[in-house]
Amino acid sequence: MPTTKTERLGIKISDDVVRVRQLTRTLAVEVGLGLVDQTKVVTAASELARNTLDYGGGGEVTAEVVEQGGRRGVRLTFEDKGPGIADIEQALKDGFTSGKGMGLGLGGAKRLCNEFSIASEPGLGTKVTIARWK
Amino acid sequence: MDRIPILKFGSALLVTIQVDMHDRLATALEDDLTARIVSNNARGVLIDISALEVVDSFIGRMLDNIAAVSRILDADTVVVGMRPAVAITLVELGLSLTGVKTALNVERGMAMIHDRLAGSEADDADDED
Amino acid sequence: MAEQAGSDVASLVSRNEKTILPEWAELQKKAGTLHTGRITEGELLSQSRNFLHLLHEALAQAGTDTASAAYEPAKAMLSELSRGRALQGFSPSETATFIFSLKQPLFNALNRDKTLSADQIASTVWSLTMLLDELGLLTLDIFQKSREEVIVRQQREIAELSTPVVKLWEGILALPLIGTLDSQRTQVVMENLLQTIVDDEAEIAIIDITGVPTVDTLTAQHLLKTVAAARLMGADCLISGIRPQIAQTMVHLGVELNVISKASLADAFAVALRQTGRTIVKAKRVEGYTFADKKSGGQDA
Repeated sequence: MPTTKTERLGIKISDDVVRVRQLTRTLAVEVGLGLVDQTKVVTAASELARNTLDYGGGGEVTAEVVEQGGRRGVRLTFEDKGPGIADIEQALKDGFTSGKGMGLGLGGAKRLCNEFSIASEPGLGTKVTIARWK
Repeated sequence: MDRIPILKFGSALLVTIQVDMHDRLATALEDDLTARIVSNNARGVLIDISALEVVDSFIGRMLDNIAAVSRILDADTVVVGMRPAVAITLVELGLSLTGVKTALNVERGMAMIHDRLAGSEADDADDED
Repeated sequence: MAEQAGSDVASLVSRNEKTILPEWAELQKKAGTLHTGRITEGELLSQSRNFLHLLHEALAQAGTDTASAAYEPAKAMLSELSRGRALQGFSPSETATFIFSLKQPLFNALNRDKTLSADQIASTVWSLTMLLDELGLLTLDIFQKSREEVIVRQQREIAELSTPVVKLWEGILALPLIGTLDSQRTQVVMENLLQTIVDDEAEIAIIDITGVPTVDTLTAQHLLKTVAAARLMGADCLISGIRPQIAQTMVHLGVELNVISKASLADAFAVALRQTGRTIVKAKRVEGYTFADKKSGGQDA
């Protein structure tokens, strides 16, 4: 998938989560996403950035403007070398509605995006990739 | 660190969030509000989020918490001015903030608080009979 | 090999432009490109001349390597042409004919060239065929995408047209839904309704589903999302137009709408008026005052 722009941000302190939101917003506007879609991807990015910080012990995000088949989109990859998630299925189910669980909000972030993929190994880290297309 | 200002408006507290808050700022706001509800004996809390373009789960939980805490302290919390895009996103995220009262704008929110205060004062008056 | 064939073809094209161009235009006309009347002969000629020129440039720079950046101008022109034709209502084959009908004139020019051996002609024909096939497929791809864009846009327009938000009274809106409520439509409906709630400073929105044929679990979810979003913004929702069969279906499916719902829009309107603190009273007639008197000049008051 051709990438026309890439930016990396370290996620080490809570201010970085704000910076991730701002970067995502800028790219979403650039790609031409409507206001609601912009808000969705920025919110998803905020959730995942916070996860990277709070559960992953810090990490980084790679933000890209991508193009495929004439469509443009924003793709974000969050990586950390934290404890990892043992039961991904469960993590995707747990949410705010249950009020319990890890509250990772992964299920919510997934619903907000067109594409969502997650790879995690306990002890090795976690990598979450999301994309929102125009 | 900057803190979000809290204004006194009669027996209510008014907070206007105008910046993209980082988590520590949000937590500080929650703490400050709780303290002020007690110190001012406030009966209502109005949180104006009309300037917020994004409300994620952290902010959502903060609003929920403030509403719950204020209820325990006998105050009403009303969140006003949520933007359509934010409302749609929160619903999709799975946060419907059922513990939080909402109103379209500050005016309506204040009216809501005063109505409830007037109502509860009338109850108190009845009790005295 | 590709480079050599390319520069051969490049010079072939430039040497024979005077014959290739009219032959090509003629073939396009024969294929019926002008029958539709959507483009004129002048436009056809200038598009063909333009492309031939760009193709020649590309061939000269990069031979038959279509992946090279030298082909970008030619591809861009083709994309634009294809998009234009798609939006003008040409069929896919009519559009691809632009490229494919170029083969014959090029091969004719090749065969007329006495300086080339039979082998050279054969290999050039092959590389030209591959080149034009690839460009032809590109036009089809772009054509397809352009058509899809139109469809998506029209779907959105239909969704918006079929969900007008109506103001019933100060602070009371009605949203009469007609047709099925899929997720794309729900998006449009929600955005429309919520924005109108802000613009009108509405307190209550009545969603009327008389025109919605079935309410299955998915539709109910979409309705609930809309209600939840409106509530988050401070507006209350009521649902009206629940037909008996729908009510039964919802019970069987275990769908729960935690929203006040009424059978008719009129009933819902009455509830909305009450909730916003209004009552309707009958107008009183004032003693000794009739309209007839006023017309004839009137008595003294």
